[in-house]
Amino acid sequence: MAKGDPGVSTRGRRAVPRSRKGATGDPELVQLLTPEGERLESVTGPDGTEYRVDFTDEEYRGFYRDLVLVRKLDAEATALQRQGELGLWASLLGQEAAQVGSGRALRTQDMAFPTYREHGVLYCRGIDPIMPLGLFRGVDQGGWDPNEFKFNMYTIVIGAQTLHATGYAMGVTMDGKTGTDEGEAVIAYFGDGATSQGDVNESFVWASVFNAPMVFFCQNNQYAISEPLERQTRIPLYRRAAGFGFPGVRVDGNDVLASYAVTRHALDNARHGQGPSLIEAYTYRMGAHTTSDDPTRYRIASEVEAWQAKDPIARMKAFLVKQKIADDDFFAEVDEQAKRESVHLRERVLEMPNPEPSSMFDHVYPNGSPLVDQERAQFTQYLESFEGSAH
Amino acid sequence: MATETLTLGKALNAGMRKALENDPKVVIMGEDVGKLGGVFRITDGLQKDFGDQRVIDTPLAESGIIGTAVGLAIRGYRPVCEIQFDGFVYPAYDQIVSQVAKMHYRSRGKLTIPMVIRIPFGGGIGAVEHHSESPEAYFSHTPGLKVATCANPQDAYVMIQQAIASDDPIVFLEPKRRYWEKGPVEVDQPLPEAYPLQAARIARPGTDATLIAYGPMVRTCLDAATAAAEDGRELEVIDLRTLAPLDLGQVYESVRRTGRAVVVHEAPSNIGLGAEVATRITEECFYSLESPVLRVTGYDIPYPASRVEEEYLPDLDRVLDAVDRTFGW
Ligand SMILES: Cc1ncc(C[n+]2csc(CCOP(=O)(O)OP(=O)(O)O)c2C)c(N)n1
Ligand SMILES: [Mg+2]
Repeated sequence: MAKGDPGVSTRGRRAVPRSRKGATGDPELVQLLTPEGERLESVTGPDGTEYRVDFTDEEYRGFYRDLVLVRKLDAEATALQRQGELGLWASLLGQEAAQVGSGRALRTQDMAFPTYREHGVLYCRGIDPIMPLGLFRGVDQGGWDPNEFKFNMYTIVIGAQTLHATGYAMGVTMDGKTGTDEGEAVIAYFGDGATSQGDVNESFVWASVFNAPMVFFCQNNQYAISEPLERQTRIPLYRRAAGFGFPGVRVDGNDVLASYAVTRHALDNARHGQGPSLIEAYTYRMGAHTTSDDPTRYRIASEVEAWQAKDPIARMKAFLVKQKIADDDFFAEVDEQAKRESVHLRERVLEMPNPEPSSMFDHVYPNGSPLVDQERAQFTQYLESFEGSAH
Repeated sequence: MATETLTLGKALNAGMRKALENDPKVVIMGEDVGKLGGVFRITDGLQKDFGDQRVIDTPLAESGIIGTAVGLAIRGYRPVCEIQFDGFVYPAYDQIVSQVAKMHYRSRGKLTIPMVIRIPFGGGIGAVEHHSESPEAYFSHTPGLKVATCANPQDAYVMIQQAIASDDPIVFLEPKRRYWEKGPVEVDQPLPEAYPLQAARIARPGTDATLIAYGPMVRTCLDAATAAAEDGRELEVIDLRTLAPLDLGQVYESVRRTGRAVVVHEAPSNIGLGAEVATRITEECFYSLESPVLRVTGYDIPYPASRVEEEYLPDLDRVLDAVDRTFGW
């Protein structure tokens, strides 16, 4: 595959404006869809890579549908937390395009290692959005099979998953699964704050030295809880990659098309055996860090408003309207579907049973432990001692 | 003497404020400790009043927090480091056990590392994983480190100041589920006159059995003692306060009187603090014991999902059940 070709089908090419470099006024930012919904045909990244994607109308509408659905389901989860049905929720509000763009760029054989915020990527992998809610409701700690879904469990300890992803990617190489169009690639998600962790820096070293088929996807949402980006770095994060010996690129993380393009390019490089790369998806956390957080303590409303103008969904909608790719019926139908799916999600969350208390003793060891067995027996006996009492 | 009613969290805040006022070398550092005042607001307002050179929002890296604090200590500062949650201290574990704990020893006494590592610990707040753990045994097992934990606002206020004033590196564990519990605090008692840091204390006198606890479980044991009293049984509750080194003199004295002892903690039992306390009681009070020393602890499993944490955590019933068993021996 030619360098710079993100590997997208060219069916139904639509006439779009000529390419521009640095349309944002930020020569470092790869963008294919402006906040006003203007489409750029191609854009050249800082290392000379030309990014271009073209989609059928159906595919464009599909991106829009995903963005809306992902936002709606996220809002539903926030509401469920407010009503006491979830213990906590980490909202992706504002980061939909970074997640849908990169999530759609993954191929079936690719493996993803998320943080705790990648509900949009999960959705794009075709996974039931109920899956991570057990963790946030407090009924389990994830509990899914990462290999089945090609989607690792959520990782809350900041940065740890980047090493897991790198090791997995090393295994892909050892298995001889790179070097062709059908090669496998691995993507690790992490935040701007995470870039300060030793684990993340070590994973850069490992991936580089072992030429691992890795994409490091950093969603720079400008905050690590209350701490702004300046607390973690003095240079644009994507430029850190150069010091580790692999390419880095900053993409407009509120632009779903550019997010797709750069991720697809990086994944394809990785699957072809060309090693790791770092993507910095420049975006903004529109909501609180989690439902436990109060962002009014550390950031001003005008900053949030400025980012509101760069909303990832609004710009996609503007593009669809301007290009007459979608009409009011379509938008109404998407809203309807979003509503249906969120109601369905809510119903199922309310029905999630509490775990059987003695199940906490399950799966501590694959080969069992006499100590755990003994404690489970004592626990059961202890519970039985209350039976028939008023307790 | 002025007494104020404060929550445990506010008492810690007031104690740190005093330390910042009294010693220009005291610096507070950690994730989100500045503008936000920490995720539990324990450092609320301190950056505003003391500036961002003394109350420092650090980059997001625990090893970095503790490692740079070692350097600051070598340079003459007294760093008070906040680790945001118990489950996030492990990236700093190497710095703590290999560097912080050993500097004084390796320098043949020429260096001191007067560092306090504050960690909100324990469960019971309905949190997701890594936010409810009890890592005290890891640190108590490490020579060169001291470990202390407060159980009420008065102790929180005094002990945090004593810990900061101490030249020993101290892991200071804060019972996060008790942050919001209120109690009287004597705010102007001079530190040298206060009850010492490295000492246990009788939290409630009793005659029939001895409950030994620390941090979040002290309240649980006090509640158990209240319930037992209604049934005519007087339980003595001892708050260990210092976990390394242990101060067990009053524990021995108590057990010699009561003949029965139950050690309570949230951490798993295996190789936990309870094992140490029980062994030492057995060694010291063997002829006074009417029953084996029993432990009521978390189970030897990873901290479970929050919807079953009430079953995991020792509670009043489990404590009283153990007391009953010491009487049934
Ligand atoms: C090792 C570790 N330290 C601290 C925390 C507490 N914590 C949870 S999220 C967070 C900020 C993460 O910021 P960033 O990496 O930018 O990701 P974002 O939440 O913005 O998506 C912190 C400090 C943690 N989960 N793990
Ligand atoms: Mg962030």
